[in-house]
Amino acid sequence: MADLKMKGNHVLEVEDLHTSFATDRGRVDAVNGITFAIDKGGTLGIVGESGSGKSVASLSILQLLEGTTAHIRKGQIRFMGQDLLTLSRAQMRKIRGNRIAMIFQEPMTSLNPTMTIGSQIAEPIIFHQGKNRRQAWNAAVEMLELVGMPEPRKRARQYPFELSGGMRQRVMIAIALACGPDVLICDEPTTALDVTIQAQILTLVKRLQREMGTSIIMITHDLGVIAETCDFVAVMYCGKIVEYTRAFNLFTDPKHPYSKGLLESIPSHEEDSDENLKTIEGTVPSPYELPPGCAFAPRCPYAKEICHETMPELDGEPEQKVRCHIYQTTSTESPTEGGTVASYIQISDMWKGEELW
Amino acid sequence: MKSHKTAKNVQMYIGAGIVLFFVLVAIFAPLIAPYDPLEVVIPRRLQAPSSEHWLGTDDLGRDNLSRIIFGARVSLTVGVLATAIGAATGVIFGMLAGYFGGKLDSIIMRMIDVLLAFPGLLLALAIVTVLGSSTRNVILAVAIFAVPGFARIVRGATLNVKKLEYIDAIRAVGANDFRIIFLHIFPNILSPIIVQATLNVGGAIVTAAALSFLGVGTPPPTAEWGAMVDRGRAFLYQAPHMIYFPGLMIFLLVVGINMFGDGLTDFLQPKKSR
Amino acid sequence: MGTFIVRRLLQAIPVVLGVSFAVFMMMHLLPGDPAIIMAGEAAQPAQIEQMRVNLGLNDPILTQYWRYITNAIRGDLGTSIRTDMPVRNEIFDVRFATTVQLALVATAFSMFFGLIIGIVSVVWRRSFLDILLMLIALLGLSVPNFWLGVILINFFSLQMGWLPITGWGTPAQMVMPALMLGIGGSAVIARMTRASMLEVFNQDYIRTAYAKGASERIVIFRHALRNAMIPVITVVGLQFGFLLSGAVISETIFAINGLGRLMIQSLMNRDFPTAQGAILVCSLLFVLVNMCVDITYRFVNKRIDLN
Repeated sequence: MADLKMKGNHVLEVEDLHTSFATDRGRVDAVNGITFAIDKGGTLGIVGESGSGKSVASLSILQLLEGTTAHIRKGQIRFMGQDLLTLSRAQMRKIRGNRIAMIFQEPMTSLNPTMTIGSQIAEPIIFHQGKNRRQAWNAAVEMLELVGMPEPRKRARQYPFELSGGMRQRVMIAIALACGPDVLICDEPTTALDVTIQAQILTLVKRLQREMGTSIIMITHDLGVIAETCDFVAVMYCGKIVEYTRAFNLFTDPKHPYSKGLLESIPSHEEDSDENLKTIEGTVPSPYELPPGCAFAPRCPYAKEICHETMPELDGEPEQKVRCHIYQTTSTESPTEGGTVASYIQISDMWKGEELW
Repeated sequence: MKSHKTAKNVQMYIGAGIVLFFVLVAIFAPLIAPYDPLEVVIPRRLQAPSSEHWLGTDDLGRDNLSRIIFGARVSLTVGVLATAIGAATGVIFGMLAGYFGGKLDSIIMRMIDVLLAFPGLLLALAIVTVLGSSTRNVILAVAIFAVPGFARIVRGATLNVKKLEYIDAIRAVGANDFRIIFLHIFPNILSPIIVQATLNVGGAIVTAAALSFLGVGTPPPTAEWGAMVDRGRAFLYQAPHMIYFPGLMIFLLVVGINMFGDGLTDFLQPKKSR
Repeated sequence: MGTFIVRRLLQAIPVVLGVSFAVFMMMHLLPGDPAIIMAGEAAQPAQIEQMRVNLGLNDPILTQYWRYITNAIRGDLGTSIRTDMPVRNEIFDVRFATTVQLALVATAFSMFFGLIIGIVSVVWRRSFLDILLMLIALLGLSVPNFWLGVILINFFSLQMGWLPITGWGTPAQMVMPALMLGIGGSAVIARMTRASMLEVFNQDYIRTAYAKGASERIVIFRHALRNAMIPVITVVGLQFGFLLSGAVISETIFAINGLGRLMIQSLMNRDFPTAQGAILVCSLLFVLVNMCVDITYRFVNKRIDLN
């Protein structure tokens, strides 16, 4: 696999990461050799359907897979040049919630129901900054204010059940940012929220990113979220990155047939448009029976013989790479006429991202 | 995870083996017992285990091993029959309450609450005292003691199944309530019933033995493990073997049942345990 | 919350009435005529009849029940046929406190060991130690407690001479009865704690805690244990009931002058008013404990359920 060039200002570099699950039916490679990097203050989106391995990849970075049957088989995760996979448990604990933090998909269940909001936000501050309870509590109240929680002093003493979903996600953000991390991993941060709340949360994350200079990995299946927040985007399919490019390029000039499919299946918001919404034919292959060639070949309208036989490499320019035989052979020429997707970028700002599939 | 699973499997087989052993002993008791369990021979009383009497003799010179072998019959019969009666009653009340809901549900559940309000063994104790000491009455008492557990579990399970769409579909086709209850709901709630029944047999055996130990269970001279322990208490100094072995048998049998039941729970209700 | 407590109290009333009626009917069905017992075996038929009238035994059964229950509410549980003492005094003078103490000591014992075993097996989950501890718990669950009691006496008192065989009051006297009663409870609580903790470990907020950089110790004790205790509370309440009835056995074995022994003795002696009162008081205590558990559970669970 061709390396992505690692530049000096990369905060986090993931290289050739393999994470597998041991199951009754054998080994499943949920993440099968992915490589990416994030600049300081930059935002990388990882987009893909459920089962594409994007969440497992994010959990692998913080090594939060304990208690599951998953383990990181191979690869490097370099944070500030240091490989996290070589750290001891205690050293890793000093990274989690401190230098690299994470927000999860389900704000309803991700908070401890038997602890007050304030003490949950205070926890990482106590763990990592050596502050006493009182100082940490005050810092927690400040964090609540920072994430736009009304009446932070009162809220800090409340329990999660007294808060709405959007408010809870604000609390999750406060917890994640409490120690001013260098990297924030957002795993589907808005999926479980109402449409109107989604925009608020994304705006909040972007604002805090600007203020704190945090790098963000945005895991999502929602291209709307990518359009609103990301500089670069990696499209994942069956545990591999199939396209890596600037977010803008993905919407204006997607290369991989899967990326094109994703974009075409977004509903156009032009009311009088009489074009039918396209869907990607077929289903994601079972992780137990991945095809020998390109994993997308069985669903790909352009698949050739070679696609079914050998897995293509992720190749191309440093800022635009594609894992596709067709694209590589036809070079710059796109296998389809673009058109439908070009209009997408215009509406992406107001698009609030419904469920796509 | 894997090792845990295998450990559970091994447990289940060991449990099944123990239970099977006791069942065989009970069935073939007359063939394998070396002596008549009721034969009183005063000159050989309170003998320690020897080659003639492997587990010694009791205060009336009866052979302990033979009494223990015949005791397996009493304990297994009581455990199984009491559970069967308790389960049948509890299942019927539970399904009626869960399926029909409303007033019937309230009435049944209040009755169950009253039964549950008697702490533990107390209800069985009172019932046996009222009805008089006999193995039949012990079975009845222990059965009534088991009813609330079954009724509650079955009611909950019935409520869950009732919510399924296909039950609505069957009703729309015009099936009558009793047909739905017995043909469609009952088979769907079988696993929790089987699990509860298995675990209940163990509890029933201990409860029945405890009643006999207290002197209100199976009356003498029938060989019964709990009563044997009680009798041995008076001779703890001279003949501790009188209490060791019968109690050990109850212990072993119940361990076997519980091991089997645990494994069964994992097998039939994988979500319940891990 | 207030309305819940009131509703729960109101719910308990029919249960209490049902229990008292069931106990009353059972005593009524007991073989043996209280009039004959009180008047003496040698009494003339006329004397017995007079006794029947005095005791109100000729009245309709519901009238008798009504009289019993109204008297009970005023604190009059009748008079013991055997000792001529008021049943209330028989129960509450010494025995009630003894049995409650016994149950409390056994509960404390079973919670202490149950929680420790449960937590240890969760910390080293899926290890050999875990399997071993759960096997021990299974044995504890299966051992017949009356047998265990006798074995304990044989070992600690007869063989070793360490502990007194009978009585209740000194710590040494409490060890064996509490051990005998508490072992089953420990096993139940250990299994419940383990299952409940493992369930909690699958929750999203545990992952959040790890993501904050919490250590295993903090995750277990601050995040998991508190949430896992909620179902365990209910089990402890139910255990308390088993301990009350287990008191019948342990008080018999260790010759402890408590409610359980009073119950079985009065049942055997056909001392109806005493047996009735003792069973009633035990059941009421059990209903009360479970009501407290329900309310606690509801109070703790409120935070979780409302989403």
